[in-house]
Amino acid sequence: MAKRIDVSGLTAYYGAHKAIEDITLHVEPQAVTAFIGPSGCGKSTFLRTLNRMHEVTPGGRVEGKVLLDNEDLYGPGVDPVAVRRTIGMVFQRPNPFPTMSVYENVASGLRLYGGRRMRKSELDAVVEKNLRDANLWNEVKDRLHKPGSGLSGGQQQRLCIARATAVSPDVLLMDEPCSALDPISTLAIEDLISKLKASYTIVIVTHNMQQAARVSDRTAFFNLAEVGDPGRLIEVDATAKIFSNPSVSATEDYISGRFG
Amino acid sequence: MDPANAGDGTRPGRDGTVRLGDRVFGGLAKGSGITLLLIMAAIAVFLTIRAVVAISRDEGNFLTTFEWDANSHPPVFGIAVLLFGTVVSSLIAIVLAMPVAVGIALFISHYAPRRLAAPIGYLVDLLAAVPSIVYGLWGALYLVPRLTGFYEWLDHLFGWTGILSYNGTPARSLMSVGILLAIMILPIITSVTREIFRQTPRAHQEAALALGATRWEVITTTVLPFGRSGIISATMLGLGRALGETMAVATVLSPSFLINASLLESGGGTFAQNIASQFKEATSMGRDALIASGLVLFVLTLLVNGAARLIIARRREYAGNAG
Amino acid sequence: MSGQAVATAAAPPPVARPVLRPTRVPRWALGAVLVGSLCFGIGVGLVAELSSRVQWGLIAGVLFVSTTFALTYAIEGRRLAVDRLAALLVWACFAIAVLPLAALVWETVSRGVAGISWHFLTHSMNGVLSWQSGGGVYHALLGTVQQVLIASVLALPIGLLTAIYLVEYGRGRLARAITFFVDVMTGIPSIVAGLFVLSLWIMTLGFGYSGLAGAMALAVLMMPIVVRSTEEMLKLVPEELREASLALGVPKWRTILKVVLPTAIGGITTGVMLALARIAGETAPIILLVFGNAMINANPFEGAQSSLPLYVYEQWGAGTASSYDRAWAAALVLIAFVMVLNLAARAVARWKAPRTDR
Repeated sequence: MAKRIDVSGLTAYYGAHKAIEDITLHVEPQAVTAFIGPSGCGKSTFLRTLNRMHEVTPGGRVEGKVLLDNEDLYGPGVDPVAVRRTIGMVFQRPNPFPTMSVYENVASGLRLYGGRRMRKSELDAVVEKNLRDANLWNEVKDRLHKPGSGLSGGQQQRLCIARATAVSPDVLLMDEPCSALDPISTLAIEDLISKLKASYTIVIVTHNMQQAARVSDRTAFFNLAEVGDPGRLIEVDATAKIFSNPSVSATEDYISGRFG
Repeated sequence: MDPANAGDGTRPGRDGTVRLGDRVFGGLAKGSGITLLLIMAAIAVFLTIRAVVAISRDEGNFLTTFEWDANSHPPVFGIAVLLFGTVVSSLIAIVLAMPVAVGIALFISHYAPRRLAAPIGYLVDLLAAVPSIVYGLWGALYLVPRLTGFYEWLDHLFGWTGILSYNGTPARSLMSVGILLAIMILPIITSVTREIFRQTPRAHQEAALALGATRWEVITTTVLPFGRSGIISATMLGLGRALGETMAVATVLSPSFLINASLLESGGGTFAQNIASQFKEATSMGRDALIASGLVLFVLTLLVNGAARLIIARRREYAGNAG
Repeated sequence: MSGQAVATAAAPPPVARPVLRPTRVPRWALGAVLVGSLCFGIGVGLVAELSSRVQWGLIAGVLFVSTTFALTYAIEGRRLAVDRLAALLVWACFAIAVLPLAALVWETVSRGVAGISWHFLTHSMNGVLSWQSGGGVYHALLGTVQQVLIASVLALPIGLLTAIYLVEYGRGRLARAITFFVDVMTGIPSIVAGLFVLSLWIMTLGFGYSGLAGAMALAVLMMPIVVRSTEEMLKLVPEELREASLALGVPKWRTILKVVLPTAIGGITTGVMLALARIAGETAPIILLVFGNAMINANPFEGAQSSLPLYVYEQWGAGTASSYDRAWAAALVLIAFVMVLNLAARAVARWKAPRTDR
């Protein structure tokens, strides 16, 4: 069930280095929110704080609040493993498990959560449904039990999306999911994102402004004053407004290609 | 053939010298490679010649005789006890060392506090370099006396099996040898497996984490499958070491040419230990006999190492498909 | 693209929804289990008069691990219980391994340090009976240094050139055969290398025991290590560097000598020093080929010599209190010798590390 995310006063560190500072932002459910900004502005770091993946990095540390439907993900007693189970993630480079087949990749999340008690027919159904939802079923139905790493880059990325959706998360985070793909595969993924937003809250980090304009409902622009300074949220608004009539001049400069 | 010479034909003088230099250097390199092959061949040939001489004069059955009287006339000797002792002590060592080594490797790669992990890894590498005679000395003078209490306990609990019965004599047995060998090969297996675990792609581990896997689930879904063949080949490497180890066995074991049903009581022998212990008293015939037993050891380690290489080669193929 | 537009409503969750804030076993409970297990282990040990502290620890450890597992299973569920069990076992592995290895180092250092003196390092065992104190290690140290040096003179040219052949020239059958047999050679037990030189050099050709004979066996052991490590290092040299040099019209052999080798020299040196450290500790071939000698024999080409590892073995074999002291002291000298080589090798590696993508 798509949930909303409310971030307030979030600051993230890598050791002593402050990567992002004091970010407050609301992410709407059943919509696509895009994060744009120049390299190093901390948009990927921010994305990783939303499912507590940031703290996996050595020295990674977070201050502030991330509320998922009013429950603080950084509150005391919150299990980061459960958080990541609730908020799925798709990475920049497709990363299917190389030792597993296509089928096993999609089923891998379910297998972790007591999937071994699941009947084979049930599991088959879930795998098929998620592969269909990921627009991949027709391409892989004859090679379900071949290694997932044998697929093309675009297919691998859709496989990773199917793997992420198979555990029915509330939110789907995507960290530049198309940056390693060719234009045709990119289009396929973008179609998929538009389709998935009916069921999930989607946050996508992208370098590609056209992509943000195409797929997102809301866009957040991040920037940093100078290299080495922490990244900050400059503005967030409806995508149409950001790309036509942003309220901050820095956003307009970035979008019109005057810097970055 | 050589890109460096292409188009140099207009200057024949220089061309000649270039060709000469390359030919000499390339020839030297190739010659060295061939020398290495010749040495390998010589090892096999000379050991076999001596072994054939010895076995042809052996009045006992080389494979099944339970004694080693190679110096007497006629010589009677067999490797049954040695084969048993070598295999059993090495298996004990592997069974004890492998899980612990994988555990330590995981500890260094995934569990230890970051500040501790690097120095521990470094220390493990240094321990892998400690000469075996030092392990042997320590095993004989420190470890063996401290094992008797433990063996009495084992005897108390499992003595009825016969395999683990213990009569209270000094613990210079195959089990002690196995334990010492385990301690010896632990750093070797650990440093190889740790290196493989470290190479597990971050992307795969993050994929597992993002699915909501616990640390152990990350390890079982990504690290262990990725490193499986590496663990196996590291174990084989350790096994090869244990099979051929001389000094640690020669110092700890109290040898005899019979197979004791109990692993905790002294007796038995290994190929390498037998060669080292008998060598100084051996006549020319005795030496040939020892060389024959050495050849068996050689073949045994070849088989183990060959299996390890095969596993590594498979893994390369697999990685090739995956990449 | 090809997929039909399947119903877009989210599927009913196939497994239970996760709880963000699961019930946890409180920390004090784990602490209590630990203390309880320790008390129980010690209690049982005292009551049953178990002589070995190892058993006390074993009982306490097994009790702690199983109770923690059961407690976590009951409160947090199977997954977290397994996760915690795995973590405990991994820590246990570490502890199990540290104990003997620390004991080894501690024992060698503490018992060896007493025996080390200037006298010990500068005298041989000439005229010292096994039960007498005194005597020294000079002849063995000298023998080890000479044998290791001769071994490297024999092994280095062949090893380095073979590695160059494999990386720079080797294609096809011969290269594959060499690669295979280098692997095979890596696995040769040291005593077998000793037997080989024994059968060839001493029994067939009729030479006597000498440092040289031992060095030959050490060279056989050293060659594959040198080939392997050098090969790895040469492979790290970027192909662009070779091409750049060849494009300048530099012949291949000069490219290898002037561009490739200098780039990899740090790593190669490290590999060679590690190989030296490895063969310096070998005992078995020395027993067969150098035979051992209580006196100083400065000529490695003729007559029996000694070496540090062999000296340790002999002193252990003599079995008296003073010979044990000498064995520990010599073991410490040997460890120091090997460790200095190792640390130096690693220092070279760090100092001259080729800049890779890390």
